[in-house]
Amino acid sequence: MSASSPRSAYLRGVRAALPFIIVVAPFGLLFGVVGTEAGLNVAQVMGFTVLVIAGASQFTALQLMSDNAPTLIVVASALAVNLRMAMYSASLAPHLGKAPLWQRALIAYMNVDQTYAMAHADYEARPEQSLAEKVAFFFGTSSPIIPIWVIATWVGIVVGEAIPPALGLDFAVPITFLALIAPALRTLAHVAAALTSVVMAIVLGFLPWNLWLLAAGLAAMIVGAEVERRMEVRR
Amino acid sequence: MSYSALDLWLIILALGIGTFLIRFSFLGFLGNRELSPWLLRHLRYTAVGILPAMVTPLILWPEATGGQLDPVRIVAAAAALGLGLWTRNAIWAIVAGMATLWGLGWIVG
Repeated sequence: MSASSPRSAYLRGVRAALPFIIVVAPFGLLFGVVGTEAGLNVAQVMGFTVLVIAGASQFTALQLMSDNAPTLIVVASALAVNLRMAMYSASLAPHLGKAPLWQRALIAYMNVDQTYAMAHADYEARPEQSLAEKVAFFFGTSSPIIPIWVIATWVGIVVGEAIPPALGLDFAVPITFLALIAPALRTLAHVAAALTSVVMAIVLGFLPWNLWLLAAGLAAMIVGAEVERRMEVRR
Repeated sequence: MSYSALDLWLIILALGIGTFLIRFSFLGFLGNRELSPWLLRHLRYTAVGILPAMVTPLILWPEATGGQLDPVRIVAAAAALGLGLWTRNAIWAIVAGMATLWGLGWIVG
């Protein structure tokens, strides 16, 4: 038997994921609380959490829905937040592209920021792994992360029903967004994109149906990409 | 929020299916191909491009104060952003932001 097997790869994935429970659980909890406070019922909050599994886009949808934005704008804006995951999919394809379809579908469903980051790092560090080991590692990372996300949301719903609205929880959503943005400001290009986004949100705020959000996002993407390109040219 | 139950489920399903298709794209049907550097460059800035626009009016003109600038909320937002930048840790940023909001709210009364 080889030194590593799908079983040990799976266990390595589980171990890698354990520290991320402290990251994932509070977001799930918060989505449960805020979703309930916003007026969604238990099935709807859980529907978001189980079907979408993407905190930032779920909060985006929730916020736009509190503004009564048109359905199409809610979906388009929240999906735009998730576009980065096409990048995750492309980056895992060379490693997992030959797995059976049901495995690829399951991996796609569970391909969230944390599982992607762990899997990608592991495949780069151990390129000699077999396909079965790589798949097993991915399922290992998902095994704690996905159930914790779902359970935490459910706990949040229960807590949300008990919390008085006076606690200033309306502001937990912008604080959460800031908490997601700040650590992502890794380069000058990221900062430039974020600043463009803020300025455009103010300048274009008059646009109807919350269209300013998509417009600001598009402008920020272009600025971020252009700054990155110029930084590379200079190097 | 004034959506019918049908609208709400439509949003949830569309977002669920759309998100799955984004995640499944290359793993599922586009296969093992290189993304153009141009596309990769833009995709990198989708989240950091949209979320700040989302958050700006929420901080500057919060609904809870009737759209008035609220110094307590501005300071709380600054605390969250500052700690997030400093620790690179989202949880600390949330703790700092909410603690500032509650702490200052209690002091200001």
